[in-house]
Amino acid sequence: MDSSTESPNHTIEQVSGITVRLAGDSGDGMQLLGTQLTNTSALAGNDVATFPDFPAEIRAPRGTRAGVSGFQVQFASEEIFTPGDTLDCLVVMNPAALVTNLGDLRKGGILVVNEDGFIEKEFKLAKLDKNPLEDEILESTYRVVKVSMTKLTRAAVAEHGLSVKLADRCKNFFAMGLVYWLFGRSLEPTLRFIEAKFGRLPEVAQANESALRAGWAFGETTEAFGISYRVDAAELNPGTYKNVMGNQAMAWGLLAAAELSGKEMFYGSYPITPASDILHELTKFKNFGVRTFQAEDEIAAVCATIGAAFGGTMGVTASSGPGIALKAEAMGLGMIMELPMLVVNVQRGGPSTGLPTKTEQSDLLQVMFGRNGESPLPILAPQSPGDCFAVAVEAWRLAVECMTPVVILSDGYIANGSEPWKIPDVASIEPIVVKHPEGQSADGDPFMPYQRDENLARPWAIPGTEGLMHRIGGLEKEDGTGNVSYDPANHQHMTDTRAQKVAMIADRVPEQELFGAESGDVLVVSWGGTYGACHTAVQRCQQAGLSVSHAHVRYLNPLPRNLGTMLKQFKTVLVPELNMGQLRMLLRHHYLVDCIGVNKVQGKPFTVTELVEAIRDQACVGKDCTVVDKILKIRVG
Amino acid sequence: MNLPVLKAADFASDQDVRWCPGCGDYSILAQMKKVLPELGFPREKTVFISGIGCSSRFPYYMNTYGMHSIHGRAPTFATGLKTTRPDLMVWVITGDGDALSIGGNHFIHALRRNLDINIVLFNNRIYGLTKGQYSPTSTEGQVTKSTPMGSIDHPLNPLSVAIAAEATFVARSIDAHVKHLEMTLKRAANHKGVSLVEVYQNCNVFNDGAMSYAQDRKQRPENTIELEHGKPLIFGTERDKGIQMIGNRLEIVKTADVAVDDLLIHDEKTPDPALHFMLSRMRYPEFPEPIGVFRDVQGIPTYDDQINDQIVQAREKKGQGDLQALLNAGDTWEVA
Repeated sequence: MDSSTESPNHTIEQVSGITVRLAGDSGDGMQLLGTQLTNTSALAGNDVATFPDFPAEIRAPRGTRAGVSGFQVQFASEEIFTPGDTLDCLVVMNPAALVTNLGDLRKGGILVVNEDGFIEKEFKLAKLDKNPLEDEILESTYRVVKVSMTKLTRAAVAEHGLSVKLADRCKNFFAMGLVYWLFGRSLEPTLRFIEAKFGRLPEVAQANESALRAGWAFGETTEAFGISYRVDAAELNPGTYKNVMGNQAMAWGLLAAAELSGKEMFYGSYPITPASDILHELTKFKNFGVRTFQAEDEIAAVCATIGAAFGGTMGVTASSGPGIALKAEAMGLGMIMELPMLVVNVQRGGPSTGLPTKTEQSDLLQVMFGRNGESPLPILAPQSPGDCFAVAVEAWRLAVECMTPVVILSDGYIANGSEPWKIPDVASIEPIVVKHPEGQSADGDPFMPYQRDENLARPWAIPGTEGLMHRIGGLEKEDGTGNVSYDPANHQHMTDTRAQKVAMIADRVPEQELFGAESGDVLVVSWGGTYGACHTAVQRCQQAGLSVSHAHVRYLNPLPRNLGTMLKQFKTVLVPELNMGQLRMLLRHHYLVDCIGVNKVQGKPFTVTELVEAIRDQACVGKDCTVVDKILKIRVG
Repeated sequence: MNLPVLKAADFASDQDVRWCPGCGDYSILAQMKKVLPELGFPREKTVFISGIGCSSRFPYYMNTYGMHSIHGRAPTFATGLKTTRPDLMVWVITGDGDALSIGGNHFIHALRRNLDINIVLFNNRIYGLTKGQYSPTSTEGQVTKSTPMGSIDHPLNPLSVAIAAEATFVARSIDAHVKHLEMTLKRAANHKGVSLVEVYQNCNVFNDGAMSYAQDRKQRPENTIELEHGKPLIFGTERDKGIQMIGNRLEIVKTADVAVDDLLIHDEKTPDPALHFMLSRMRYPEFPEPIGVFRDVQGIPTYDDQINDQIVQAREKKGQGDLQALLNAGDTWEVA
């Protein structure tokens, strides 16, 4: 808490950052509320990071703990990389939301409660034997603000003549108005949103607007809070920004890759959480020449993508782990056919159906090894929502240069999370050069579909080109001619060549970057969506004086050429992953370095605190860390 | 511009054909090579896509573009290719195991979407490549390597399935009936929309003679009936029998007993699949099995045309996509 000013009715406190979670029933509109608060905060120039968390059921049983839907956002005047560990403010719409979320609210934090949701019926649904608001500890631990949101909303929208059911649906806008007042957010962006979204239903639009304004007015007039907060704009790199979600940035990155390579895109997919939003986003861009194909199943989706790739189109398929399992055979086919295409895996909790709406990083070994035979594929992982854009472009560049399918490993946390994103100048991105061999006379030399260039890539000869008629397929091909071959030496040669082709990518992509000193006690090696938590934890530990550095791996296959040497400069290599040790297994295999894992599969991202503790435990072995612990404010033992 | 006149030999690739001697596939390959030059379509714009099985080696033997893909999925590869490259003529070569067992799903969806491709289904009612297990079209009670006590599966009728999926072109021919096969392939190629040609094809190693009732020149007139649009359904060596609709059932009648006008008149053009479906249910030995074109419904929009029309429409409405404008749109803010 930085500074305070007095206003006529209340104190305004200047703070560097706030973490808020909005929680209610899965029909309460919490995701909408969270998204609006995020966008508004981003437009105010804050750095933001979000974590939507919702049940797999469309309408999980109302009022139950299983049905609680939450949206967490941190907005700050400094650069942040996570949605925050502990909450400064929790807004709950019902008892189930209170009991499932209260544990994350810091002591002294603000608890805003929709008092109307705390009735006998709701206690039963939430499996509570009494009103949790009556617990004395609540008032003494937190700053509890009880608001009769349902009644106030009904009163605010009464003039618009809505049914009680429709009127009650506006209460998330009332809550929004109240939250906006509390944190000094502008109503303007949300008023614009209401107009755009509900413009065709004027009475609904007006009611939502009235509820929003009523929420604000309640904060301003009741003195229920006595205090409100202000967060200044963050100092980000100069440029034009917008707020993006991961799946959105992925879709835009794919569009950019198509444009940079002068290609039109074919996107074949089958609906699956959390990948579907890429399909939804891309269907908007038919005027870019994007052909989206909602296939009959995952296999059809990937195979149609290969068919499109054979025809010379930019083929993309996306799914999540269970769908990738179904695509595996065809991914192997794409590999042996040596066709460029992209396979996006937006990972979720596994195995099997697992936790469809929760995040995990447990498909690394699946995409690395989950195909029959020796079938290496390049793998890249974005580190944040906005980074999906750059990774999509980079992956397509590699696919074209090497004539191979490339896997992108996103995850649910990245896909649904959002952050401010500096809008790139597309014209300044290096174009992706695609070469299709030109036609020749049918009487000319026989065409060699497996003749290789300096990248060991074969030519991308496409149907319609005169004189280049050739047949590809899953049977092993003779190098050069592409004729079916069972020759033992040829199979060995082709296997080696395909492996070498992927391995050689390491020579052309950037070396592994390191955040921190080049040697020391602990190196944290991370990949994918855990970047933010790992980076923040390392930063904190460095500030506390610990000898720790951070390497966040973007290229998972092949691994960066300098990574092995880098690992050996540290006493301990710590590998935090939202799986049971998949990258750790690969690192130990490749470099014979004994890595230590920090592993978690709870459907939740890492908190910074748990990583700080893990780093501290390794860095402090045999050292007196009393001072460090004081700075880190962690309790040891 | 003078287009070169191609011959059947121009469509032969330089690969050795490796089917068993006497396999019905040779005949289908020969008829295909004969039909393609007559279509006057460039070789380089012709693509054969197959799945897995004996029949699926077919693309290797054609001097066109080709893809030997994975089991049962050929229609899906064709979907991606044809929707992005409507300028190509795409053939799917498949077998009864490939199309109807592992690929049953894709078979139905390619048909119901009316993708403008040609599917040739080689039906020998047995698994040849895996050496003699029963297939989805094997007859009940058939003893095979995997059914020593006889198959207990009810056979699937591919044409019934295709007609139920409202495929716009559905036909049947026979490997040994080369003139008929040539005609049928040609008509399939010329159909705008999806076409399915089931070809009765002998597997002389694992299921020899399973369809000799239709293949054998002498037995054929009694056991098959050739469908012709607008003509009454008449069959028999003496052409003395016909098919009449009595009540809601098809029955065999003597032509001497009924007026020609009372016989069923074949209408391949009607979009209503009901009668076509009934024809597909005519099975040997109770009925002569129809060969020829069951259904040739025209003017139905194709999937590939529609997906590409949407691109054109979107561009007419919104203009060509501008990526930078898209990225810059919406709520943005400046950091100085």
